Amino acid sequence: MTQEGMFGVSGTGDTSGYGGLVRTVSNPGSTERPYGGYFDQLADDLERAYPDFADAITKVVVDRGELTLHIKKERLVEVAKVLRDKLLFEMCMGVSGVHYPDRTGCELVALYPLLSMTKNQRVRLEVCTSEVDPHIPSLVDVYGGNNWHERETFDMFGIVFDGHPGLTRILMPDDWDGHPQRKDYPLGGIAVEYKGATTPAPQNRRSYK
Amino acid sequence: MTQEKSTLFDPYAATRETTEGTVYSVTGGDWDSLVSEIGEAKEERIIVNMGPQHPSTHGVLRLVLELEGETVTEVRPGIGYLHTGIEKNMEYRSWTQGTTFATRMDYLAPIFNETAYCLAIEKLLGITNDIPERASIIRVLMMELNRISSHMVALGTGALELGAMGPMFFAFREREAVLDVFEAITGLRMNMAYVRPGGVQQDLPAGMTSRLRDLVKELRKNFKDNEKLLVGNTIWMKRTEGIGYLDLAGCTTLGITGPVLRSTGLPWDLRKMQPYCGYENYAFDVITADTCDVYGRFLIRMAELEQSLRIVEQAIEKLDATEGQPVMVADKKIAWPAQLALGADGLGNSLDHIREIMGTSMESLIHHFKLVTEGFRVPAGQAYAAVESPRGELAAHVVSDGGTKPYRVHFREPSFNNLQSTSAMSEGGMVADIIGAVASIDPVMGGVDR
Repeated sequence: MTQEGMFGVSGTGDTSGYGGLVRTVSNPGSTERPYGGYFDQLADDLERAYPDFADAITKVVVDRGELTLHIKKERLVEVAKVLRDKLLFEMCMGVSGVHYPDRTGCELVALYPLLSMTKNQRVRLEVCTSEVDPHIPSLVDVYGGNNWHERETFDMFGIVFDGHPGLTRILMPDDWDGHPQRKDYPLGGIAVEYKGATTPAPQNRRSYK
Repeated sequence: MTQEKSTLFDPYAATRETTEGTVYSVTGGDWDSLVSEIGEAKEERIIVNMGPQHPSTHGVLRLVLELEGETVTEVRPGIGYLHTGIEKNMEYRSWTQGTTFATRMDYLAPIFNETAYCLAIEKLLGITNDIPERASIIRVLMMELNRISSHMVALGTGALELGAMGPMFFAFREREAVLDVFEAITGLRMNMAYVRPGGVQQDLPAGMTSRLRDLVKELRKNFKDNEKLLVGNTIWMKRTEGIGYLDLAGCTTLGITGPVLRSTGLPWDLRKMQPYCGYENYAFDVITADTCDVYGRFLIRMAELEQSLRIVEQAIEKLDATEGQPVMVADKKIAWPAQLALGADGLGNSLDHIREIMGTSMESLIHHFKLVTEGFRVPAGQAYAAVESPRGELAAHVVSDGGTKPYRVHFREPSFNNLQSTSAMSEGGMVADIIGAVASIDPVMGGVDR
């Protein structure tokens, strides 16, 4: 991923020279063993308890003291069940969605932070799906508390959680159009004029990137 | 509608037929006609909308109740009335400005929102271990005072909703005392945006520790008033014992944390289990109950007040020992450049700082300008930081794309999650006990809806 320019806008006749700046941004990539901490033990236990580990888990990332398992979406429920029953991750703290318009075929990401109170450990599951076919299996059967969290992520990102008992909007009105947390969702607003000067609507303002 | 017609049609007590059956509108004052009309209905089963403007639902919460007589057969909570798009808004502001949004989510526990958000940013920046000791002590102090003020609202409004007026007066008196101290420290009673990435906004004002000692003394004495009113009170216990039952299995399934989880007997408290801000250096007990009911949660909150006071006392000692030490990270590429100082016209930017950037150092001016307008950059990646808020695990999941603004911020709000358990706690019980069950969850709709 790269970021260009100083202020994140193009075609404005910026003559400062900073418009030509190009910065590459790299997200933390796959981590090799040893992972450090309890992460190695956790990965070993999961491999033992779940023979399809190598097939289901595409990437293991250890970053900033947190372990993230990238999982194929069709295997999510299986892995979650093993983590809950065999590795004692009793709680799922919810779902967080992220929208990456640049990642073709993998634009919508759902993240599940799991907590094991028995072992005092945390792990995060990461699943992605495409904008064209935004389906991810629901975890409500495994972690009942995910009910509202999945409704919220559906509401905000339009990820359809297959198998959810009642996937409806939860925060936005039922007849709302669009999914507000997507990056291409317009911010709206109107330009405000005060004493002759105009402040543009939020989505048209120059902003720092 | 003409004048003539409006006398025939009462807009405040209308009855209309729908495909689902007869709908009665009740707004108060017309009970006799309602009772006579419902008396004619063949069915015992009625559906009642409680809220979103009902005074006992802790804010704008709507509960759709299905009743058989006075027994609740189904509860469906409806939320979203207070949705303000805080998470989306934060993507359009710098990392530091985000605290101003975060603080407004759960308006009874602003310091916790800010701290969770800032801990996540600090994790992303990799400066968790560089936060000055004094900043962490102040965070702990503020969080524990905030826990007291938040529990006071939970207890006071909870009691009020069940018909006990007195506890509310005492609870809000204690809360005011805490908020006065917040105002003296941060300038604001609520929504202070006081905890900032890298530390806190400003140091405590002079003489604050002695005022804090007085506050602890006052609170400890005053807590007894509510204790005497409610603990062991027969009426209070009849309304709360065995009500809103949710056991450990129910809690883990529904992801419930905080006092509701601890009322099942599990001593799960992030301050002990996964300490942050140096909580491992404070002596305090994790309070549990084993009754899984509203009374147990009430007792937990009462006892946690004393534990918070214990932590505050230890924090005061530590503050005295670290007098004059920095409260913001030393890295000048992250720390807010200007410090506040008291001038002739009130609190504002330090005149020394203004003199330096305007009069002597061009570099300092550029540096100030860049940091204040553009903000600092945060390396790409994601982090999850959790704190034990008065309601349970409050966590911030923060994603950066390497820019000066968050790419995505998501809050794992304990109110939002715990409110799901309303149905499990209330179904099969009496309609009047829903109020007690909801009050014991202590949801704050600002946090639920964000």
